[in-house]
Amino acid sequence: MKQETPPESRELRVRRIRNGTVIDHIAAGQALNVLRILGITDRSAEVVSVVMNVSDRKKDIVKIEDRELNPGEVDEIALISPDAIINIIRDYNVVEKHKVILPAEIEGVVRCINPNCITNTDEPVKPRFVIHRGDGVELHCVYCGRIIADRIADFLI
Amino acid sequence: MHEHDYISILCRTCGSEDGKDGNNVNPIRHVINIQSFSRDEIDRILDRAAELEPIAHGGASDILSGRILATLFYEPSTRTRLSFDVAMKRLGGDVIDFGPTEGSSVAKGENLADTISVMNGYADAIVLRHPREGAARMASEFSSVPVINAGDGAGQHPTQTLLDLYTIRKESKLNKVKIALVGDLKYGRTVHSLAHALSMYNAEIYLVAPDQLRMPDSMKSDLIDKGIKITETADPDDVVGVVDVLYITRIQKERFPDPSEYQTVAGSYKITEETLKNAKDDLIIMHPLPRVGEIDPEVDKSRHAVYFKQSFYGVPVRMAILSMVMG
Repeated sequence: MKQETPPESRELRVRRIRNGTVIDHIAAGQALNVLRILGITDRSAEVVSVVMNVSDRKKDIVKIEDRELNPGEVDEIALISPDAIINIIRDYNVVEKHKVILPAEIEGVVRCINPNCITNTDEPVKPRFVIHRGDGVELHCVYCGRIIADRIADFLI
Repeated sequence: MHEHDYISILCRTCGSEDGKDGNNVNPIRHVINIQSFSRDEIDRILDRAAELEPIAHGGASDILSGRILATLFYEPSTRTRLSFDVAMKRLGGDVIDFGPTEGSSVAKGENLADTISVMNGYADAIVLRHPREGAARMASEFSSVPVINAGDGAGQHPTQTLLDLYTIRKESKLNKVKIALVGDLKYGRTVHSLAHALSMYNAEIYLVAPDQLRMPDSMKSDLIDKGIKITETADPDDVVGVVDVLYITRIQKERFPDPSEYQTVAGSYKITEETLKNAKDDLIIMHPLPRVGEIDPEVDKSRHAVYFKQSFYGVPVRMAILSMVMG
């Protein structure tokens, strides 16, 4: 006898989007930081859906309607969620799918941990870091040389 | 804003007016940190300093005749400021100085980037000391003339390192030198830069510091990774019979985030004639100066003391740097 799937499993928590970008496999709890990196705020025009702690708290998902994010815009997500997957959706179909790739350098995304760094002043300069990848991700400040190795999300601008 | 991929005295990164052209016709040569120098580049600077030393002793040259150096010191300095001044004048150039920041546009709220842009119209090179780490690097990005870092907060002071190396080469030996770095190894920028530079010369390094001021682990790991042998102790007496160079530093009160931390270590070591009883005959004692009690004045007359010569060597070394960035 065929077993019925429980109705709650068949319901989508957030409806499929017709066009836009779905960021899947975001590390659990990091979805709001992903929005910060993408510069999406309550004043942004896009329709955005955020699902947190999906699949037994294993991942978050962000869906952005009617906007296709290009790799340059999304790769910085790898700082806080190296396994995130970007899906570009057109007419309900996934037309592109790729993993975020940690960039070699980032600018204006994270502030320097050193309060005495020149980037933490009113000078017209954006914080810039070279990214080193060993056991974990390390951000090396181009200006003062200080290293951020832990809790990178705490320093997002 | 000029984008420079690589900052070093010998780099040729930016040949065009907008800084984006890679043709490198008329390069800007900045001196920002010691890490961007190769051993060959350092040797060339030290060789050049040796050539120019006779002029530093009281001669004159017209190598930089018609050139103007701007010295911008946002923090107090005596030796660094004056030795750059002397170096420029010995080479026939002139110096402009914006004086204490209280009497300058800085007091009116002008930012560093604007000050640098203004100075670009007045001078052929800029010497900058600033209380913020990374200030010189940022200044170089706004400058169409060479920027020489004369100390940025607790960060870099590359010309001090170069004159330290020159002193060691001249008064002892640079390759495979056994050197004890004594004092504030936690906050002291001179010892951090010097240790890095010495790693290129296969030095054997003894770290002598009270527990609270030990060299950060990350820095020690870097040195060990480069194959440098490191020994740590808290007592200068343990190493004085072994080393070629005793490099003493001041515990810099101004670098301590917590004043009470300073009080616990102030005066924790002092080099006296007694300390030197077991010293090797050819031991030299260095100090970047100023000292505030780390070396007893009675040591000044000993054959080991070279710290005043070291201070003088700042002139030929800075002459070498100025001639290489503006020549």
